[in-house]
Amino acid sequence: MDVGKIIDKYGSRRRFLIAILQDIQEQERYLPKEALRQVSLRLGMPLVDVYGVATFYSAFSLEPRGRHEVTVCLGTACHVRGSHRILEEFERQIGVEAGHTTKDGEFTLESVNCLGCCAIGPVVVVDKVYHGEMTSNRVKTLISQCRKAQKVEAS
Amino acid sequence: MSKLKSTTELKSLQEKLGKTQHRDRPTIVVSSGTCGRSRGSSQVYAAFEAGIKDRGLADKVNLRDSGCHGFCQAEPNVVVYPGEVFYANLKPEDAATILDETVGKGQVVDRLLYADPGSGKKAAKLGDVPFYTKQKRLISGRNILLDPTRIEDYLAIGGYSGLAKALSMEPKAVTEEVVKSGLRGRGGGGFPTGLKWQRLGQGTPKYVICNADEGDPGAYMDRGLLEGNPHSVLEGMVIGAFAVGATEGVMYVRTEYPLAVTNVTRAIEQARELGLLGENILGSGFSFDITIARGAGAFVCGEETALIASIEGRIGEPRQRPPYPSEKGLWGKPTIVNNVETWASVPIVVEHGGEKFASIGTKGSKGTKIFSLVGKVNNTGLVEVPMGTTLREVIFDTGGGIPDGRKFKAVQIGGPSGGCLPADKLDLPVDYESLTAAGAMMGSGGMIVMDETTCMVDIAKYFLNFLQEESCGKCFSCREGTQRMYEVVDRITQGNGRADDLALLEELATMVKDASMCGLGRTAGNPVLSTLANFRGEYEAHVLEKKCPAGVCKALIHYRILVDKCTGCMACAKACPQKVISGEKKQPHRIDQSGCIKCGICKDSCKFDAVVVE
Repeated sequence: MDVGKIIDKYGSRRRFLIAILQDIQEQERYLPKEALRQVSLRLGMPLVDVYGVATFYSAFSLEPRGRHEVTVCLGTACHVRGSHRILEEFERQIGVEAGHTTKDGEFTLESVNCLGCCAIGPVVVVDKVYHGEMTSNRVKTLISQCRKAQKVEAS
Repeated sequence: MSKLKSTTELKSLQEKLGKTQHRDRPTIVVSSGTCGRSRGSSQVYAAFEAGIKDRGLADKVNLRDSGCHGFCQAEPNVVVYPGEVFYANLKPEDAATILDETVGKGQVVDRLLYADPGSGKKAAKLGDVPFYTKQKRLISGRNILLDPTRIEDYLAIGGYSGLAKALSMEPKAVTEEVVKSGLRGRGGGGFPTGLKWQRLGQGTPKYVICNADEGDPGAYMDRGLLEGNPHSVLEGMVIGAFAVGATEGVMYVRTEYPLAVTNVTRAIEQARELGLLGENILGSGFSFDITIARGAGAFVCGEETALIASIEGRIGEPRQRPPYPSEKGLWGKPTIVNNVETWASVPIVVEHGGEKFASIGTKGSKGTKIFSLVGKVNNTGLVEVPMGTTLREVIFDTGGGIPDGRKFKAVQIGGPSGGCLPADKLDLPVDYESLTAAGAMMGSGGMIVMDETTCMVDIAKYFLNFLQEESCGKCFSCREGTQRMYEVVDRITQGNGRADDLALLEELATMVKDASMCGLGRTAGNPVLSTLANFRGEYEAHVLEKKCPAGVCKALIHYRILVDKCTGCMACAKACPQKVISGEKKQPHRIDQSGCIKCGICKDSCKFDAVVVE
């Protein structure tokens, strides 16, 4: 892990703490404990403050992410078109609640308060691809597509 | 391209680029924002690109990948010039037909034209589409004219002329022009922009910030502008910085908008390369640069003091005002914070004069406002109308009314801080004063339409859940108050509401409003107060009769299969995750209520409307 390089890029300056954490998360797909320690040491700030920022913002994750990331939008426009039912169906199909990763590390399920694609709600993002006008019937298909893609990669 | 050293050089470049745009050639514009791409606009674009190549038309036809044209419901869509022919809901294979028929022979392809869902009437060109006829796309209309990844396109349509004009004026005069325009903050509060600039305190350096942390759920006009015309926002910021003497600018964009971040980042680099940002802008001696800070998923960071804390690398907690950021802002220095749409309006105000801008709108609310018209409405998308247009015009004329023959119930305006307005408020003009007087607020411009299948108690619960999650926790009243209100409303939706719960809710909502520090807390009671004021009967049905009239609150409803409508196709039985639907093939089915989790999948999978909510 090259957290040091990321910190160097920002000149070890505290004002860039959020940007540094964002870059680490992008690279590692989560914020490992060791990385937070390194950030605290290099920026000369208490670990509790780094931890405070890392847990205040919902874009950061302190747990490793699954191979596939599913994000269900729960914005108002999606809500009135039944996004809560879409989320429930994902929870049933994937077997974890929003905010968690499956034990086999396959899926991380997240909810988000608005993705700003309100006109095509309910919106779900699977591995950075946006799917609009979701229905609970399409959930199964999306998940099996992910699983299939995984198998193809593995073979 | 090399750095421009004067406004004269800018002008000649604009003219040169204007000529090289080949406006005389047939032009195909693909609407390709995030919504468009999710519906396949990239594939449509690729099909046009390939089709043009195959036909050897590369030097004869312009193809443009533009930002969002606003009509998300009709994505992917293209506009073909000349004739401004509008083709909606396209598939990649339609590209060949359009190239052969419209571009090749000048024929309109009737089957690809947009048909109004109500009347079935087809619109021959963009201006005839009912979605567009009542709009005045002063700010958002330029999206269609340019590829947001090319500064050349923006310059070719006269972009940065506002800046050139500002640089020829006294800074104070620029601010006065903004005062004259009557432009008010488009992010929520509606504070007069010019006044904000005039009140900027003494001290150096001074900062300008663009608040692009568009967190209101249901609102996305800022994304539309950042993705579709990032230079207009940057130009506004440079003009603002010149007017107030700021040297540094920060664009705070939410991380949930990846395409916006990409387009803005590229735009900043291009502007720097041309000397429209950086040292000695256009040889004027004025220097100013912009950096990007990405948000990290905290709604409260839309509040200006929290946003500043976040830029400084800290937890996004708001602080007490005064001192306002205009006195003590970023790094304790005088700072102006304006939102995306406000900044994008500035070049237009300066270029065409404040008075012209002020001629649009109402007495207290000038110019146009972009709304995201979403929810249970036929034509969803970004709508820009003059201030003072009525809700009815927006929802029924531009929006095309409510789908599936259902009835309008409410429109939620102003995000979590706003309110839900019922049908008897439909003739309300949309401006800052009228909305506030009606118990809602302009907010950033989300308009979420609800029909009779939306439960207003559930909506209040939704917002309270949102607010209790997003409360930063600094003020006790907001932290605990939003949670308590959520518990009470949740109890009501579970059928366990008590007779005195509504009074308790009112008391809590008022307390949170009165005792919280920032805008989030001070308005956190609004979703409850406005739904209670306008839809009290619905609350009473939940509390007294233990019924959810809209058929939403799970504890109070059940699903049933209508014997006379069920064909026994077994689709619901197959889809049911609990396997509690039974029946013979071609015979009416039934749901075993004891095992039903009320997920509604049976209703979604039934093609015969045989599953009903009771």
